[in-house]
Amino acid sequence: MSETFTIGIGGAAGQGVATPGDILALLFSRRGLHLNAYNAYQSIIRGGHTFLTIRTGVDPVENMGDDLDCLIPLNQDTMDRHLRLLTDGGACIYNADSIKPGEAAAGVQLCPIPVSTLADITRNKVAQNTLALGAALSMMGVGFAALESIMAAQFGRKGEAVVKENVDIARSGYDYASQHFKPFARPLPMTDNKYAVLSGNTALAMGGAAAGVKFYCAYPMSPSTGVLHWMAGHGRKAGIMVRQVEDEIGVINMAIGAAHAGVRSMCATSGGGFALMSEGLGLSAMAEIPVVVIDCMRAGPSTGVPTKTEQGDLWQMLGAAFGDYPRVIAAPVDIGDCFTLMAEIFNVTDKFQVPGLVLADLLLSEGRLSVDPAKLDFKPHIDRGEMITSNGQPHGEYLRYKITESGVSPRAIPGVEGFTHVVSSDEHDENGVLISDEYTNHAKRRAMMEKRMRKVAGIEAMVPKPKLEGPADADVTLIGWGSTDGTIREARAQLAQQGIKANQLQIRWLAPLHGDEIVRLLKGAKKTIIVENNFSGQFARYLRSETSYVADGHIRKYDGEPFMPHHITEAVREQLAGSTTLSVPAHEVMV
Amino acid sequence: MATINIAPPKPMVMADLKGKVDPDWCPGCGDYGVLAAVQKALVELQIPNHTVATVSGIGCSSNFPGFINTYGMHTLHGRSLPVASGLKLGNHDLTVLVTGGDGDGFGIGCGHFVHAMRRNINLTYLVLDNQIYGLTTGQTSPTSRIGMKTKSNPYGNGDTPVNPITLALSAGATFVARGFSGDQKHLTELIKAAIQHKGFSFLDIFSPCVTYNHDNTFQWFRPRVKRLEDDANYDSTNWVRAMEKATIWGEEIPIGKFYETTEVPSLEETEPVLEGGAMISRPLHIAPDVAKRFVEELM
Repeated sequence: MSETFTIGIGGAAGQGVATPGDILALLFSRRGLHLNAYNAYQSIIRGGHTFLTIRTGVDPVENMGDDLDCLIPLNQDTMDRHLRLLTDGGACIYNADSIKPGEAAAGVQLCPIPVSTLADITRNKVAQNTLALGAALSMMGVGFAALESIMAAQFGRKGEAVVKENVDIARSGYDYASQHFKPFARPLPMTDNKYAVLSGNTALAMGGAAAGVKFYCAYPMSPSTGVLHWMAGHGRKAGIMVRQVEDEIGVINMAIGAAHAGVRSMCATSGGGFALMSEGLGLSAMAEIPVVVIDCMRAGPSTGVPTKTEQGDLWQMLGAAFGDYPRVIAAPVDIGDCFTLMAEIFNVTDKFQVPGLVLADLLLSEGRLSVDPAKLDFKPHIDRGEMITSNGQPHGEYLRYKITESGVSPRAIPGVEGFTHVVSSDEHDENGVLISDEYTNHAKRRAMMEKRMRKVAGIEAMVPKPKLEGPADADVTLIGWGSTDGTIREARAQLAQQGIKANQLQIRWLAPLHGDEIVRLLKGAKKTIIVENNFSGQFARYLRSETSYVADGHIRKYDGEPFMPHHITEAVREQLAGSTTLSVPAHEVMV
Repeated sequence: MATINIAPPKPMVMADLKGKVDPDWCPGCGDYGVLAAVQKALVELQIPNHTVATVSGIGCSSNFPGFINTYGMHTLHGRSLPVASGLKLGNHDLTVLVTGGDGDGFGIGCGHFVHAMRRNINLTYLVLDNQIYGLTTGQTSPTSRIGMKTKSNPYGNGDTPVNPITLALSAGATFVARGFSGDQKHLTELIKAAIQHKGFSFLDIFSPCVTYNHDNTFQWFRPRVKRLEDDANYDSTNWVRAMEKATIWGEEIPIGKFYETTEVPSLEETEPVLEGGAMISRPLHIAPDVAKRFVEELM
């Protein structure tokens, strides 16, 4: 397993966890290091408990890890909750004036900082944060200049005096640590690489922009709101029409209207908003107007836990809107994939004129990851499918819903002379005339249903099949979908160290599922375990319904927090020992 | 450069606007008169039918797009306005007409109605108001009068009816009018004015249901409706006066243009993103220098 370094910073909301977090993320990425950041927080603007974990290393860091190397508690509560996460060689840097240390593990260095003697706390309310940040960097063996330049940029808008004040405080922390505390065993490495650091929401928004989205609308809903914020802030420069709409019913219908005009159109929400969009998805499918909806899942049902993660919306997606219709559902496997997936899914939805659903979750949406900027490709392949955008050729009667072998009928966009037609949410004939009332006709209804559903085979052929990763002769095969990818991969590495060979089947395209291929891949598996962040095993049930495949075991978590690698590792061990077929790891730390 | 055909096109006539099928409304339905008035208005304004989109919700009157030869969208119940707003913002070179009934617009779609007016998108919203649910065979609608007996309120409606005119005025609509299917000439003029208005134009049209509403019939309306245009002193730029007029209901019911302001710019005029032309005409890929800056922000 590659070497990583993990810092945890926690306090009450409003105590200033975000700023040192942003500074550290920038500092690591500028040092050519990869990073992964996850912020555990609550639905409160001031107070409560928020805890940011930033993990960095030379190799890609795919999850927040299991423990901490450095803890910066900004209040007593954080000290009490998180001190146990420090392991041998770790350090806890805290304000000696206000926080009492607890019982730390052997080999953990306690680093009290006399905040009131080092800084004027009546002037600077966040002096303890800045002192601790300086101290931590000193102990990590990072030169002060790196911090100074980031602080200059960070506080530059507030003027020279503010920059100087903060830099001075950071320097006292830095110097104090170098005189009083033992540096970490290994100084923070450095490479010549350059990485972009972004959240999943930013990646989804930018991925949409890169895919050619020209219309974005949304109603604010955690944890999807970041997509709206990026779009709102960048829409004018990117040439994207961005609207905040009165509710999610309006959102999906407005997105469909824009899509019908002929532009790529997208919206994002979370589970509750997606529920309101359900009927609109049926319209998209029936009228054959492609639109992409992102669902950033949070713990449900109902309002649920707005700031906590879950993979609990799969069946909502599978069952959204009544009746049978072709739909595409994909789950990005990491934050970089949130970007890449957008162009891919738009190409599928455009080609087949169907709704496309992106199933992200809070872990991806609000987490941050370092990504090679070359992977943020703003010139992806774009295939708009069969569209009629000018009246170049003489033609016979235009049939918007012409029955074809593929199920796809060329789509004329409004404004083109000679192609006027009606698109409809009622069942219709090939020419768009309603066959729902006066002209009810069972033969036509059957033909139209079959035409639409023929698209499924084409979509299945277009989307890539899943692949098995890891040793072919594995003792156990772990099956996951979407955001659990990196955590499962690290659990496999931990298992390998313990002499257990594990491989992994990570599902990215959920509908169509490639069920035959999955069954083929799992045929030789010694033991299969499905890992998912929900109560009922939504993917396990889906896989069984589509393929009759029943996995040997399940690892599930539905406490609002994501899996940590050791949760999976320990669960696999207990299942290999035969003690259970369903493990529900406890989240040991109260966040 | 694309070649632009500057030869004068053949003038559009009523026959050009005939839909693929004939309306299946009940004989004598008020909706026939509204359809004819819309077609007449488009002919008089000579707006080419391929540049017009008619968007509806669900209900008897929402079958409208099928009966007129323009681009059409028959959407979900109550959702015509958001769909039409998206369509217009995707291609604002289109003339977008929105049609539907009182249940569609003031019942299930009332939330969208209010917000569409706040946005002042250049849409023309025609509500074919028959004060009843027709397609579901006769239930109380948001504009049914108090005491009206229907299948859903056999002992009489107790809910205060919505006043679409005052609602539109208070929501910030920049063009508010009321027409009557039984007064074709007047209605055609109102529709023309509504289409020509830059911004959201709302037209509530009495379109009697001859099957399920036996209270508000053509015969009931005819002696009551009074054209605002017949009063030389009526000033349709005076919002307060419009509010007063809009509360008159009974022996006299005003029809005509209650209010219009040209002082509020439409969304299309104020939205900077549209300065580059209709969204549909934009290049798919973002300019490389802009994309580069987006990535650099993250480093």
